[in-house]
Order: sequence, then C-alpha cells, then structure tokens
Amino acid sequence: MSIARFWRETPRRYNLGGSKCTSCGTVYFPPRAVCPVCTHHRQSIEKMVPFQLSGEGTVLSFTVVHDAAEGFEMQAPYVLALVKTPEGPVLTGQVVDVRPEEVGIGFKVRATFRKLREEGRAGVIHYGYKFAPSEESTAAPPLGPAAAGPPTEAAARDRATS
Amino acid sequence: MREVAVLGIGQTKFGELWDRSFREIGIEAGLEALVDAKLSSADLGALYLGNMASGTLLDQEHIAPLILDYAGLAGRHLPAMRVEGGGASGALALHQGYLAVASGLYDFVVVGGAEKLTDVPDSAAAGITSSAADHEWEVVFGATLPGLWALIARRHMHLFGTTREDLARVAVHDHEMGSRNPNAHYRNRISLEQVVGASPVAEPLGMLDCAPLSDGAAAVVLGPLDVARRHTDTPIRIAASQVATDTMALQHRDDLTTLASTVVAGRRAFEQARRAPKDVRVAEIHDAYTISALLALEDLGFAEKGRAGPDFASGRFGLRGDLTVNPSGGLKAQGRPFGAVGVAQVVEIVRQLRGEAKDRQVPGATLGLAHDVGGTGATSVVHLLERVP
Repeated sequence: MSIARFWRETPRRYNLGGSKCTSCGTVYFPPRAVCPVCTHHRQSIEKMVPFQLSGEGTVLSFTVVHDAAEGFEMQAPYVLALVKTPEGPVLTGQVVDVRPEEVGIGFKVRATFRKLREEGRAGVIHYGYKFAPSEESTAAPPLGPAAAGPPTEAAARDRATS
Repeated sequence: MREVAVLGIGQTKFGELWDRSFREIGIEAGLEALVDAKLSSADLGALYLGNMASGTLLDQEHIAPLILDYAGLAGRHLPAMRVEGGGASGALALHQGYLAVASGLYDFVVVGGAEKLTDVPDSAAAGITSSAADHEWEVVFGATLPGLWALIARRHMHLFGTTREDLARVAVHDHEMGSRNPNAHYRNRISLEQVVGASPVAEPLGMLDCAPLSDGAAAVVLGPLDVARRHTDTPIRIAASQVATDTMALQHRDDLTTLASTVVAGRRAFEQARRAPKDVRVAEIHDAYTISALLALEDLGFAEKGRAGPDFASGRFGLRGDLTVNPSGGLKAQGRPFGAVGVAQVVEIVRQLRGEAKDRQVPGATLGLAHDVGGTGATSVVHLLERVP
C-alpha cells in the first residue's frame, strides 16, 4: 500500500473522525459525503459535518482469527469483533489485552491507538484503532500468565450459550 | 424483451490443475459449450467473461480478447468483455449475456467464467479472497473474508441457537454430493466429527467449513428461446436474471444475519418468473462458508429465518428432500474458482433440468435456482431456470 493511501485516512484511523448528517442527525464512521438514511438523500450533500466518536463500544459479534490477514500473521490467533458505538456506527477491529475466552457478545470495550501491521522490514507501519476491555470489563480479575493461552474455550462457550 | 434460453453448456474439471493454464481452461469450457449448442462460431455475437482477479493472480488483465484470440476467433473481431463482482463475477457475466440476447442486440453469446488460483501461493490466493471485502475499513484492521463470515455465524448462533453441528452438516452434505460429481475438486465424503474437529480458521469456522481455492472454468451459450429447438432438444429458459447490491462492509448492515442483497435479488427473481420458492426443486446456492449456505436458504425463502440449520438436519435439502441443494457439491466440494462459480452453478442446474446429472440427478426437476454472492453480500445474483415443456 502506498504511503499516501494510508496517510490520507489518518484522521479516521487515529482519531475516530466520523461525520454527522445535520438533516437527520445520523452519525457515520467512516465519514460519508451523502447520508443514506435521509429520505431525500441529495439534500444531505454538503450538510455532513465532522463528528468524533468517543471510542466506547460493545461487542456485537466476535471471532478468533487463526488464518490471519496479510500483515497480521505474528498476531494470530487474534480476536476480531464488530463493535457497536453508543453514537451509532459499528466498527470492525481487533480486541486486545484480553484472553479470547473472556470476550463475548455484549463485552464492553474502548478504542485504543495501536500498531496494526507493518509492510515488512523496510515497509510502512500502519497505526490505527484496536479495542481493549473498558474499565467496566476490567473490574473482572486481572490477566494472569494464561493470557496467551489457547482460545478454544470461546467456541465451547458459544455452543453452550446458543 | 425476448425470452432467452441456455443452448449449450461446458465445464472443465475443478481443482488443482497444475498442467493447465488459464487460457487453456477458458477455451476448453467455451468450445465445449459451443459444440453442445451445435453453434458455429460464425453465429457468435459476443463473449462475456466472469473473472475476479486475473490481474493480481496472473499479472494479466484484458483477458476477454485473449481467450477469444487463443480460441481462434481473433479474426472475427467480436465484442468481448470481462465482468467483475468479486465471487459473483460469473453470475454477473451471465446477467450481462442475458441482457444482450433479451434486448435483441446479439442473437447468440458465450458467457464464460474462469479463474486460475493455483499459479500463486495459497497465502496470496487467500489474500485475494479477502479483497472482496472492504479493504480500507475491514481488511486493514485484521479482517479476512472467513473472519467476516465467522462474525455472521456467531451472531446467527447467538440469536437463533444455531449450533456448530448445524454449520458442519452443510459441508458433510456438499462432500456427499461432490462424491457423485466427476468434475468436483473434492470427491471424498467427510463426517460431522471431521468438520467440527478440523483446525480452526476463524472460530466457529474451521478448515472444512471453508470452500477450497480451485482452478476451473465453465461456459454457457445463450440464444433466443424461439429458435432454441434448432440447437437443442431440451432448451432451458432463463425465467429470471436479477442482481442486487448492498453495503460493502458488514459493519454497515442493520441486520448481520441476513444478506439484504440476496433477499432482494431473490424476491425480484420470483416476481419476474411469477413463481414462488416452493416451486423450486433444485438449487445451487452460495456456500463459500457453511454459514453462507444457511443464510442463503433463509434469505431466498426456502427456510424461515433462523431455521435453516434444523431444516438441514431434517434432510429437507438432501437429494431426496423436497428441495435439493447443491447437487454439484457446491463451492465447498465442487470447488471455488471465483469467476467460474456462478456460471458453473447454472451449468449444473441445466444438467439437472435436462435430466443429465446421472447419479446425482434430482428426480422431476423442472425449475431450478442459482445463487451467487460476492464478498459478504455487497453483490448477490439470482437466476431461475426452467425446462421448456
């Protein structure tokens, strides 16, 4: 990926900069130029204003990825989740600093600024958001040495609760 | 608009075709379809070629004239174009061919689909799979295509009580059907325990929940229905050809457990054909991942939302069930050469409606459905095909 292609998205990837439709109030991430929900959606053109997300969120669904995306091989297995923000948008990202088996639907998280991946030894380093347990979630017992343990229980618990 | 019929079909074996090049498999499928349609290349109006990733995989764009050229048809100077829509590229090409004949612009067209996935390492081919998702807002953050489908699966399990075994049954069924298909990539039967116990790819999906990376090509010849009997004893009418789209990224969907593009394409197709899901006896549906098949059955109206898993367990979708699903083995067992898939699905439905499917023949099939999806459903294509009495 070229430097410019990643760099131009840094306001979104570093600071969760979205947009808000001043006609209907709906918030979007990433920002959109046109509001998809306004009945006369052309009226929303030039009425979208910047809006920053708080970074709070709740896990809507999650998976433990073993067959990693390109550039994420050293992080596998890792938790990937859809995170619903209180402002409305849903974000796709990793959940880190937690044992995979502790993550479930409804788990409270907070966005955190991290290194996403690097393009080899001499390549561009990509930074952006990941999600870590929120203060509410970390009220649970602290992480022990088992933090890097196998994530297989996540699937087992999912079966048990389904 | 004219009525359009499928006059001829062709298909290569799907799988790891180390000794065959992209152009060889493309030409083989196309010429087989022309011969099957008893059509001279002099009658041909155009070529539409479904292909997802020849540029990334083979460093070769501009492939439609290339295939025509090496099929010996460069001197005919035919219009030829590639159609791309991720994994739905083949079905989209068929839609274009259908429109061209229906409009009266061309009388006879070849619609091909071809993909060569084994000329690059597995890791590169897997990366291309994920390029059908939203690169900037999904893949950059660690998402893979199976990972995104796993998110759908987990949500489906959470909301409807779908079990790991419900998912696994799809793969077991596909391999059973694939064992009866000489063109299939995988012809081995597998057990429920093998699917559940396979190494994880993106939980809850394991290795055997995911369709393989295959080479392969398929082709059909389309023409006006009113002259179809000059070319075949069993013309198959295209009763509906419908495309629908949706948000690129999964994160922008209101409902994670339904593909709105499939719901809409299916509804439009049944309206166009003036038929209902209960009239369909055989269907080739998108099962790149086992969860994809369950969603498709629900979204196309073959099962109630949340009930596809138990319905699968009941045997409803088997060879002797009231709707036989993926008699070819589907993407899971017949194989997944992206751009060829949508065309191969229609080739299988035509075989079934002609009564040529041998030991995987669905008895008494007169109406069939083919359903192809790109990515996590930003594109869905539905075709209904009917045997002409």
